Formats: sequence, structure tokens, C-alpha cells
Amino acid sequence: MSKAEILIIDDEPQIRKLLEITLESNDYKVSQAETGKDGLIKAANHPPELILLDIGLPDKSGHEILKELREWYNKAIIILSVQNNETDIVTALDNGATDYLAKPFRTAELLARIRSAIRRNQNTDDNSVVDAGDLQIDLVARTLTKNNELIKLTSTEFNIISLFARNEGRVLTHQFILKDIWGVPYQTETQYLRVFVGTLRKKIEENPNNPKHIITESGVGYRFQ
Amino acid sequence: MLFEILPVLLAAVLSAVIWNFFFIPPLFTFNIDNTEDVLMFLLYFVIALINAVLTFKIREAEKKMRDKEEKEKELKLYSTLLNSLSHELRTPIAAILGSVDILKEGKDKVSPRGQAELLDEIEIAGNRLNRQVENILNMSRLESGMLKPKSDWTDMNELANVTIQKLLPTNQHNLIFQENDNLPLFKLDSGLTEQILYNLLHNATLYTPADTNIEIDIKHKSECCVIVVADNGYGFPEKEITLVFDKFYRLPNTKAGGSGLGLSIVKGFTEAQNGILKLENKKEGGAKFTIEIPAETSYLNNLKNE
Repeated sequence: MSKAEILIIDDEPQIRKLLEITLESNDYKVSQAETGKDGLIKAANHPPELILLDIGLPDKSGHEILKELREWYNKAIIILSVQNNETDIVTALDNGATDYLAKPFRTAELLARIRSAIRRNQNTDDNSVVDAGDLQIDLVARTLTKNNELIKLTSTEFNIISLFARNEGRVLTHQFILKDIWGVPYQTETQYLRVFVGTLRKKIEENPNNPKHIITESGVGYRFQ
Repeated sequence: MLFEILPVLLAAVLSAVIWNFFFIPPLFTFNIDNTEDVLMFLLYFVIALINAVLTFKIREAEKKMRDKEEKEKELKLYSTLLNSLSHELRTPIAAILGSVDILKEGKDKVSPRGQAELLDEIEIAGNRLNRQVENILNMSRLESGMLKPKSDWTDMNELANVTIQKLLPTNQHNLIFQENDNLPLFKLDSGLTEQILYNLLHNATLYTPADTNIEIDIKHKSECCVIVVADNGYGFPEKEITLVFDKFYRLPNTKAGGSGLGLSIVKGFTEAQNGILKLENKKEGGAKFTIEIPAETSYLNNLKNE
């Protein structure tokens, strides 16, 4: 298999250098763009497997670049944002970003996000069974087993787990989950989500206080893994 | 200028007119009958005017004085800030650059173990820098008045667990938190509240002896979310208790490693959510911080789960 190509759109030479070395030493092919405009051209000329897009570009806002890319580009776009800017992150995710990383991020985190995003690119055929460590989710039979033991879930609980499983490794915003499970009128009723995530964790997590499957992304949403 | 002197002029005119009304015959009218009384009236008006202008001048001088004092205070704060910050930021930078210098000089000079230690130093310094920058950014958000809490339903048990997990990698204390299953959801700013709890815990881990207990308790009391952090350290000197939340204030003779911003951010973020905070020494020793944030609650007892 040829190396997957990743396009970095970031104006900071230091970040580009760091990403280039990290990614190349992990067997990815890297191309770079310093400005949003250049990034759009490079992406169009030679569509990469994944795009790392900095939200704070000098020439054009990353949000605009994201929207323009999403008009035709349907592979993974991971947003690089500064810490504690949940509004930016949520906006980008709602506009079609696959995932996000907050600077400063650690290499292991970066590589995990990239792997999971690329896996989803290539895995478009619907798997009816999703494996997540000790959990097995059968989307067709609507069952969840943990260490081969069937776990009893209510219908709503299964709907949530199923949504999570179909988006494994990816952060889902509160709004997105609420809309999908309860419908548009409920998209701000985050207390529903809190309660259900709480009961789900008690059922599926080894240690609900330190969850390994349903991860809270502060101010953004949840990530299932 | 005109608007500042206008009120005193008005007062002078008004007092002359009132004087006319009550004391110049015919009494209880604004009329003046003879020239002598006209002169009296004018004289009174001039005196009132001089009085008013003098008062105005004095007030102006006082304001100037206050401004000057304010400026001096600000200047002093600014220099404390510079001292504290340059130390807090330069120490990790020195550690990073120093480590890199040695590592660059040559593999044969430093043992593999030494190299690993230097890399650890760089990591620690990076994290410390990150934390300080976070504090400075939070402080400037507070100072700018741009901080608007974003309230959302928050599971405080989860918030406490997440915060504790963040501290665990470097933790040397017993962080004790008993989850409270009867706790409702609170509608508050989870980001600010997490930072409040993190700063309280981080502060306690910095200034109390290793292996001692730090207890976290979260309660629902009279429409408030109550967060209590109690440690088994030395407590605070009584006369310092009111000062510890001041910006850049650090207890005398404390060890290096803090910017003096942590607790003032706790105060700022609590007050931004209309909350109150209290610090007291426990009878048996140690300090106890209590934060009360008014918040809507939801028990969601009637939630359909099917």
C-alpha cells in the first residue's frame, strides 16, 4: 500500500516542521501549505487522504477554508485550534470537520486521531458489528456485549451507543447527539445527555469515574473509543 | 469641564433664589422691592458663587491626587507582575534551553540516563509554561471584563473526577472524593468551575506535604452548588487569609513554583458566576476552601428511559 498523504495547512513554520518530522517518521507522506489560499490550491491539485487545518490562519479564516473544502472534499479534515476555544471547535465540527486537536497537543494524541480519521475514510462499507476493546456492539441485532456478556440496555441507551459506535474515535458535539437521538427540538437539552451518559457509563465502564469508552471532551461533546 | 462646573453654578443660583424667597421681604415671593435688597441678593449670589467655585477647585485637586495614588498603585502592581512573571516564565525556558544545549553538545558527554532525565526536564518545563500561560490568559480574560459565563447542565461528580484525573500524573497526595449519587445536575459554566476546582487542588498539592489528604466534597445547598476543598497542610496565618485571593499575593516564605495567580483566578471565576468563596483554617489543622455558586438544578426524575 502506498503511503497515505497528509496536507498540513498552518502558517507557523515551527508547527509545520514538527508535524512534518512526526508524520514522516510514522510513514505518512507530507505536503505543506503556508496560507489558506495555497492550501486550497494544493488540496484541489492533489487531493490528500487527510488535511490538518489550522483555524487561525492569517490570510483567510480556517472556518472559511473548511467550508470551501467541504464543498467538494469528503475525506478527513482535522482542525488545529488553540486550547480553551470551545466555540471555535464546536463551529468547526458543525461545519464538517472530522475531528480537532488543541495546541499544545502531544504526538501520541495526534497520531491516534490521524489513524482513526484515515480508518474511517477507508471504511465506508457499513460494518454491522463494532469492536471497542471489551465491548462488542451489534448494530443490526441491537445488542451490546461486554467481555462476551450481554448487557441490558433500554432503547434510548442503545440508540446512543449505536450512534457512538458508528462514529468510533470521533468527537461528537452535544448538539449533534441530541439532534440525532431526540430530534431538533431537544438539541439544547444537554441534561438528557448527561443523565444517559451517566447511566451508560455505569453499565459499560470498568470504572465509571475514569471512563475509557465514553470520553468527555470539555465544553465540546463526547468521544467514544 | 462645562458639565463638571455646571452643577456648582446651579447650586449657587438656586441657593440665592431660595434665600430671596425666605428672607428678602416681601417674604415667600421671588419679588425684590428696594435697591438695598437687590444689592443684598447680588452679594449673596456672589458669595455662593465663590463658595461653589472653590469647592469645585478643591474637588478637582483631590481627584488629581487620587488619580496619582491610583497610578502609583497600578505601577507597583505592574512591577510585581513583571517580577513574578519573568521569574515564572523564564525558569522553565531556562530549563528547556539548558537541557537542549547539553543534549546538542554530544551523546558521549551525557549518559543515556542523563539524557532521559534532561528530556523529562524539558517536558516538565513545557507543562509548567503551558499552565502559567493558561493562568495569565485567564487573568487577562477576567481583567478585560470580557468573561461571560456560559451556563450548561453539568454533572459535578464527573467534573470532579475529570479534574482529579488531570492532576494524577504528577500527584503525590491522597485526593479523596466520594461521589454523591443524590447530587442533581447544576446549570453552571463547567469550564470556569473545572478551573476553580483545578486551581484549588493544584494549590493544595503545591503547598501541603506529600502523602497528606486533600478532600473534595460537592453538595447541593439552598440553590447553590457547594464545592469544598480541605487539606491537611499548615493552614493559613489568620491575618493573611483576606489577602491570599489578591492578585500576585504570595504568602511570605513560600517556596518557588507559583505565580500568585491561581487563587485570584479562583476568586474571579467564582464571582463571575455570582458565587462566593470562603477560606478558613480547620480546627484540627489545614485549610478549607468553600465555594458556593448559585445554580439552577435538575433531578430529571421524570425522564423517560425506555
